[in-house]
Amino acid sequence: MLDTPLGQGEAIIATQTVAPVTTARRRRGRIDIVGPLLVFAAFIGIWYLMHHWALRAIWDKPNFLVPTPHNVVRTAFFTNENRATLVGGLRVTATVAFLGLAIAIVVGIGLATLMARRQWFERSMWPYLVALQAIPILALVPLIGSIWGYGLSARTLVCVIISLFPIVANTLFGLLSADKGQHDLFTLRGVSPSTRLWKLQFPAALPAIFAGFRIAAGLSVIGAIVGELFFKRGDKGIGILLDTFRNRNNYPMAYGALIVAALLGIVVFVIFGLISRLVVGKWHESTRS
Amino acid sequence: MTVAVDTRLSFDDVSMTFPDGTEALRHVSFGVGRGEFVTVVGPSGCGKSTLLRIASGLEQQTDGAVDVDRGDLGYVFQDATLLQWRTVEGNVALLAELDGMSRGERARRVAENVSLVGLDGFADKYPRQLSGGMRMRASLARSLVMDPAIFLFDEPFGALDEITRERLNDELLSLFQRNGFGALFITHSISEAVFLSTHVLVMSARPGRIVGTHDIPFSYPRPPELRFDAAFAELCGEVSTSLRSAHQ
Repeated sequence: MLDTPLGQGEAIIATQTVAPVTTARRRRGRIDIVGPLLVFAAFIGIWYLMHHWALRAIWDKPNFLVPTPHNVVRTAFFTNENRATLVGGLRVTATVAFLGLAIAIVVGIGLATLMARRQWFERSMWPYLVALQAIPILALVPLIGSIWGYGLSARTLVCVIISLFPIVANTLFGLLSADKGQHDLFTLRGVSPSTRLWKLQFPAALPAIFAGFRIAAGLSVIGAIVGELFFKRGDKGIGILLDTFRNRNNYPMAYGALIVAALLGIVVFVIFGLISRLVVGKWHESTRS
Repeated sequence: MTVAVDTRLSFDDVSMTFPDGTEALRHVSFGVGRGEFVTVVGPSGCGKSTLLRIASGLEQQTDGAVDVDRGDLGYVFQDATLLQWRTVEGNVALLAELDGMSRGERARRVAENVSLVGLDGFADKYPRQLSGGMRMRASLARSLVMDPAIFLFDEPFGALDEITRERLNDELLSLFQRNGFGALFITHSISEAVFLSTHVLVMSARPGRIVGTHDIPFSYPRPPELRFDAAFAELCGEVSTSLRSAHQ
């Protein structure tokens, strides 16, 4: 088995895995609250410093390029009309990202299942999945646009392409992770391949599958925004708004859009983490260090 | 070794050479009958586990004949091989579930055997919440549910501490008496072999051959104190001597 692409898969997962399979069960202490707050304070401090001093003093640029945090928050989130614009953009982007992710999940799990069942298929497909992963998405987006236009379906396709690989790789890795003794146990009972898949391989794969979902979800959000930035047409998502505001020198709104985009990424990451904990948290060995 | 009247497993001149040329077993013959507890002791890597894999059909011997009803066979592995996502109850039910046993019958037998191996109160725990000994108990219960005629044990208690191992040996013997299965047990602990068995087979280093057979005359039930008996120590000595001569 080790001479199959599984070995490579693990390596790629290792570099890919932004999401740990489960979070280490550490004792929570004061540092978990105080630490992040201090970092946040430092970040805001540097932000003000940029506006009031650094931009002009170091880079000789006008300070409206980096509006103050309170200005950004007031303009983008406490002005009804602006907030409505951003929420509207969020809805467009989130729809594309989730749709792309959903398709990638269905296609990815299907592919990985076939690959786990048929070794010739795994060996034939693997190089192209790696290739798909290696193509810079920025280079692919204009080509997709020129063929399929700039609508919802083209943007969704970008999300599918960018999020497919982590799902396939992690699912495949998971499906092949049941140990030999457990396989022997099923072999002794003379079970069918589908019983083995449903009662052994699939449940064993769940932690890895969810780790794949978390990575893919983040990538899908990025894909949706990159797609919009490039296409600059169609429904106005966060990416288009970001570009528009920047062109109009409306920096408070551009930063507002950036914050919304980041929040969307964080929210999907957290949501999939929670689902994962709900499904496998009870039985999965946590990684203690 | 005398051939039992009700033979449940027999090896007749079995040899095994793996495709890579490794010769694991050479001309191995023995039988396990109803009410017999046969233990194979031998050095690591002598092909003891291969013996069980052939008996169960997980591997195919290259020569000789094996006679056993594979539908009526329990296999307890070196690791507990519990499914991490199932509770103790779910794990104990697994084989019965794969065999399509009716729900009611399954539930009854699962409850009975969970209790029999002393896991009352742990039915809803996951494997990661159990100690090594408790995992092994659950693994045992999983096979007991099927009430097999012959049990294969592949060093099931090898990874446990001495105290736990001895307690599980005692309990295994009461199960052996209660259920009347034939047992083929693999270990590298001589005292464990002598304590459990009706017969101890000594296997040579690879290629594995049976180089000695020791009948253990103690009657069942065997009290834990038997381990300190002079006759017990003497038998351990005999097995040890034959094991050492097999090494040379």
